[in-house]
Amino acid sequence: MDFAFSEEQEMFRDMVRDFAQKEVLPLAETLDREERPPLETVRKAAALDMLGIPFPEKYGGMDMGAVTYTILIEELAKVCASTASTIGISVGVGMMAIYLAGTEEQKQRFLPRLISEGGLAAFALTEPDAGSDAASIRTTAVKDGDAYVLNGSKIWITNADVAQVMTVFAVTDPAAGAKGISAFLVEQGTPGMTIGWRDKKMGMRGVSTCAVFFDNCRVPAANLLGGREGAGFGAALKTLDFGRMSVAASCLGLAQGCVEASVAFARDRQQFGGPIAMKGAIQAFIADMATQVESLRYLVYHTAWLVDSGKEYGWEASTAKLWGSQVATFCANKAVQVHGGMGYMKRFPIERIYRDAKILPIWEGTSEIQRFLIASKLFKEAGVKIAP
Amino acid sequence: MDFTFSREHQLLRRTIREFVEREVVPRATEIDENEEVPFDVLKKAAKMGLFGMPFPREYGGAGAGEIGYCILAEEMSRGCASTMATIGAHIGIGAMAIYLDGTPAQKEKYLKPLARGEKIAAFGLTEPQAGSDAASIRTRAVRDGDSWVLNGSKIWITNGGFADIFSIFAVTDPALGARGGVTAFIVEKGYPGFKVGSLEEKMGIRGSSTAELIFEDCRVPHENVLGQFGAGFVTALKTLDMGRITLGAAGLGGAQALLDLCVEYAATREAFGGAIAQKQAIQWMIADMATEIEALRSLVYRTAWMVDTHQDVTTQAAMCKVFGSEVQARAVEKAVQLFGGLGYMRGHPAERAFRDARICEIFEGTNEINRVVIATNVLRKVGVRISA
Repeated sequence: MDFAFSEEQEMFRDMVRDFAQKEVLPLAETLDREERPPLETVRKAAALDMLGIPFPEKYGGMDMGAVTYTILIEELAKVCASTASTIGISVGVGMMAIYLAGTEEQKQRFLPRLISEGGLAAFALTEPDAGSDAASIRTTAVKDGDAYVLNGSKIWITNADVAQVMTVFAVTDPAAGAKGISAFLVEQGTPGMTIGWRDKKMGMRGVSTCAVFFDNCRVPAANLLGGREGAGFGAALKTLDFGRMSVAASCLGLAQGCVEASVAFARDRQQFGGPIAMKGAIQAFIADMATQVESLRYLVYHTAWLVDSGKEYGWEASTAKLWGSQVATFCANKAVQVHGGMGYMKRFPIERIYRDAKILPIWEGTSEIQRFLIASKLFKEAGVKIAP
Repeated sequence: MDFTFSREHQLLRRTIREFVEREVVPRATEIDENEEVPFDVLKKAAKMGLFGMPFPREYGGAGAGEIGYCILAEEMSRGCASTMATIGAHIGIGAMAIYLDGTPAQKEKYLKPLARGEKIAAFGLTEPQAGSDAASIRTRAVRDGDSWVLNGSKIWITNGGFADIFSIFAVTDPALGARGGVTAFIVEKGYPGFKVGSLEEKMGIRGSSTAELIFEDCRVPHENVLGQFGAGFVTALKTLDMGRITLGAAGLGGAQALLDLCVEYAATREAFGGAIAQKQAIQWMIADMATEIEALRSLVYRTAWMVDTHQDVTTQAAMCKVFGSEVQARAVEKAVQLFGGLGYMRGHPAERAFRDARICEIFEGTNEINRVVIATNVLRKVGVRISA
């Protein structure tokens, strides 16, 4: 048993921290105000080889593993959840889908370019009538010669308008249910694909999310993910496992950022003749925030370590995502309270963090879906199959 | 980074689990009902070498470290909270104080028989007017030639009714208070002037002995001063750090045992034509318990690993205590609810656990005082000094 990070990982954390302070933090308020994704930051991160962390060298990656990837997302989320999510969705979900489920040729064709150019990837599963119940998507793909013709629409697709490539899930065999779903790699600018307006959101306003429309959109058969029809839903679930770990990492970073901001504020804010840090109520807030963050930290890193050890990690990823989103929203809420009126004003980052946190129990599988997944494994071991 | 338990620790867990299943679980109801200190179980546990778990072999211990000791606490707590409280007070604070600060001669004379389980230890700090505010103890020790004369009384001392060796804290310089004015002493059962007062009847952990200790001109030889003269409060705090980690591990075992029972019950209990496992309300309870337990596990073993790698753990120990007791509290609450009427009936493990668990938010430093400990340490890092 060894909970220590390697020297390489510690050095990487220092580097990301430095990058976050210099390049990410100064932009955080602007991204939120202007509702735009941090494309310039993504390119700078690419120049520092940050986008290829979890992928093998033969795809242009750094081969540094999921633990190191988790460090990246945690440190980015500590200063700007939108930047962490833009990169997290691109690397941990969009590119990850290609890496986990693509053919060798597809991986070679897409990953090295995305990694080196700072290109973004997207993952298009959700539809107006298919959220938690993802198997009920209606977008169709029909084979026509050496292409598939896609029709339908997707909503809330992160990075949709700024991605080079998007993994799109569509039904190829309506009679086969989840086993009739296939995934396609659709490049930006493919005729028949239209990107809608950016959604106006409560928080995570530096993350671009859009609707995507497919109107007889022809996708080359060579872009059928994994080269096999019907493998799409399996690919989605595998990818979402990693994505949940990635979201848990941003929860950890966001929550840790709340602790640090609250501690500094409680030290500096004077009331009744002394810092409010002297008040038992404030101390209890800070103790609870710090304790929850500490309980989350190694839940997340344990999951990442399972990934790196080649073990199953879906269940752990769900626990980390569920607990992470609870810890993050708890900490953001307490941070606003510690800051009082200042926590409600846009002059302080806490106001943005509180809004950002609210999406965490919702996206990448709602808390309700995570609870179902967690209970379902335990009941399966006890001999009962439960349905959502 | 490596989250795997060593082969030795895995074997240790298996051995203890079998012991608990065979010897402890079948006795747990009687122990509770009869308010019976389980001497038969203790004798068998001692024979297996469990009582010296964290201590080095040179002192008769098992050399299994803090990780090994947490495994013991977790597994024992799955079976019987009273037995765990007894063993925890013996190893985790009574003997631990001697291990942490005793002289080589004291360790030879006292720790060895304690580690071998030939004698039982207790830790005497709390007094009627000194609970969370432990620095305000009044038991007095005055030098008289080669010995010290103790006067005063202690309350709520676990194992107090039958222990052989006590770590007792007394004031040696009232002017200095906690900072240099408190000294720890090793007191043997038969010392003249020392007697056991009344025994408490409790809501839970009824099989653990909770006693009043009375000192009336009790003479303790000078060589039994434990640790540095005047530094008794430091000894107490260091020891309590260790006790708090154990409580985290005990909370983990207690909560896990209930989760296992709940899963099994929900999978088999039928209502409305199917297993209650099919109801989301039940699934939610299971998922939340499992998630918090998973978070707690990572916190406890990470803290134990910090002890074994000689890092400062005061903050994390307090977090283990607060989070462990509260995760357990939420688990017992849900378990009673999930079992319905059954969970309210005497003789049911959930009914007992509900009462047993409540003390964990109180003893070994109330959760309120542990939050102060956490906040003090977190705020100290930014230059704020707070006091309780």
